[in-house]
Amino acid sequence: MSATHLKLHTAPEVPLETEVINPTVFANLSQSGIENLNVMHGNDKCHLGDFFKVTGKGASEIHIEGDLSGVKLIGAGMSEGKISVEGDVGMHLGVGMSGGEIIVNGNAGDWVGPEMSGGRIIIKKNAGHMIGSAYRGQSTGITGGEIFIHGNAKNEVGSAMRRGLIVVGGNAGDFTGVNMLAGTIIVLGELGIRTGAGMKRGSIVSLQDAPMLPSFDYSCTYHPLFLRLYFSRLRANGFKRKIQDQHITGKYKRYSGDGIELNRGEVLLFAG
Amino acid sequence: MKIKKTEIEDTFAEAFEMYGARVIITADTKQWARAAAASMTGFATSVIRCKLEAAVECEISEEDTPDGRPGISVLLFTMSSKTIAGQLIDRIGQCVMTCPTTACYNGLDSDKTVSVGGKLRYFGDSYQISKVIDGRKLWRIPVMEGEFLIDDRFGIQAAVGGGNLIIFGSSKNVALRASMAAAQAMREVHGVFLPFPQGLVRSGSKIGASYKNLIASTNDAYCPTLRSISKQTAIPEKVEAVYEIVADGLDEASIKEAMKRGIHAASEKGAMFITAGNYGGKLGKYHFHLHEIANN
Repeated sequence: MSATHLKLHTAPEVPLETEVINPTVFANLSQSGIENLNVMHGNDKCHLGDFFKVTGKGASEIHIEGDLSGVKLIGAGMSEGKISVEGDVGMHLGVGMSGGEIIVNGNAGDWVGPEMSGGRIIIKKNAGHMIGSAYRGQSTGITGGEIFIHGNAKNEVGSAMRRGLIVVGGNAGDFTGVNMLAGTIIVLGELGIRTGAGMKRGSIVSLQDAPMLPSFDYSCTYHPLFLRLYFSRLRANGFKRKIQDQHITGKYKRYSGDGIELNRGEVLLFAG
Repeated sequence: MKIKKTEIEDTFAEAFEMYGARVIITADTKQWARAAAASMTGFATSVIRCKLEAAVECEISEEDTPDGRPGISVLLFTMSSKTIAGQLIDRIGQCVMTCPTTACYNGLDSDKTVSVGGKLRYFGDSYQISKVIDGRKLWRIPVMEGEFLIDDRFGIQAAVGGGNLIIFGSSKNVALRASMAAAQAMREVHGVFLPFPQGLVRSGSKIGASYKNLIASTNDAYCPTLRSISKQTAIPEKVEAVYEIVADGLDEASIKEAMKRGIHAASEKGAMFITAGNYGGKLGKYHFHLHEIANN
């Protein structure tokens, strides 16, 4: 498949905002047209070509190389195609995306996929805070799509999410699923504290035990059949080593909460 | 034409357009999956009185079911796309949701779908939870055992109902042996099911009756006891028993394949004569000609 390649040749000194790195924006543009796309380097208006060497052609796939930890907003508003990154990426990756796929073979900063409604983001290493979350002041986070973090994630994973799936292969920080409205968060490692605080509906699953808020009540220990379907899918998507047979066939403790809200959310903790 | 010693009549089976769904039932054990399937396919032999035709299509191994447990595939057909959703809701709700350890999934990829789990979810009395897994929406309905898991929507498609063979034997035992062999061979075709007990019908019917209000009555042409008094008798000499096999399938090709296998299997087991039921070709959309099918 043809692809457009971007290689970072000049590291930005301050955050670089690159919402133009989007297959739809690249469509029908020549290499020079792509290099001339506007980006913000701090307060300065620059061109994409000031930082990236552009080769190849075709908008359906964009391949980026380099340390992009200071590069924000890659794939913002993306609706189709694929972006793959060899290296770390900065904040706001895939913000508001509705389709397509972003794969990062490295670490990601804060705010991966905020307010996305579709598509898939895969981070092969660790990610920062606020994965798949609502922006401050907004009542709703992601409304669809999938975010797979193979490493650890920091605080407030899935804040106010309404639909979709977020998977953290390692550990998650505090306040996972805070103010969650619905959807599913699966953490294969450990959860931090105050999991599900303020959640109305939705499911938070962990393969480890976790401290629960007093506003969550234990219901029972049982085998949630639906997890088999999730785990089967996750095993096929690179999480096979972390999901063992006992996790698929085993029992989970079910806590209902948050009691200070609608109390229709659930936290499922693997019990063996 | 003859296959071995069996005479195959130059006629055709007349079949109808129906609408079909495939339901995958899984459970902790094969026994529970079978129990749910048996319950769900009860009283589902003929649309004439049952409003639905249904039977088990096949058993499915753990590797091939959505949740990795033993499964059973059930096919269900009705005469109209409008009635199939109600039948699915009733039968899954009463026969599968009630059965310990089961879950219920759509088994038919089709552009046309009907809401089933989306209706049964109300049994959850607002405690139900939906999940979208890989684009597939499911409902988790809380039950006394734990949760009943079911797909939100089930695919339906136009299908073929009423493919048939009528098998004659020199005795009841010979006719039964030949018919059972035919039924077994026909059931092995993917997408085909035989809705009657073990696939066989001993009380084949004709349209209408001497009684005004009956829409169907015994097919006296094929009743050996009426050979000497029925004006329509079609019982050859030395025939003492006749069985019919009705086959429904998801498409025309699968019915043809099933009928072909049935003709050859019945011939192997000593059927004296094989024909098929039709209405002069005026009612059914599909005509399955026995000679053409047997020779293909």
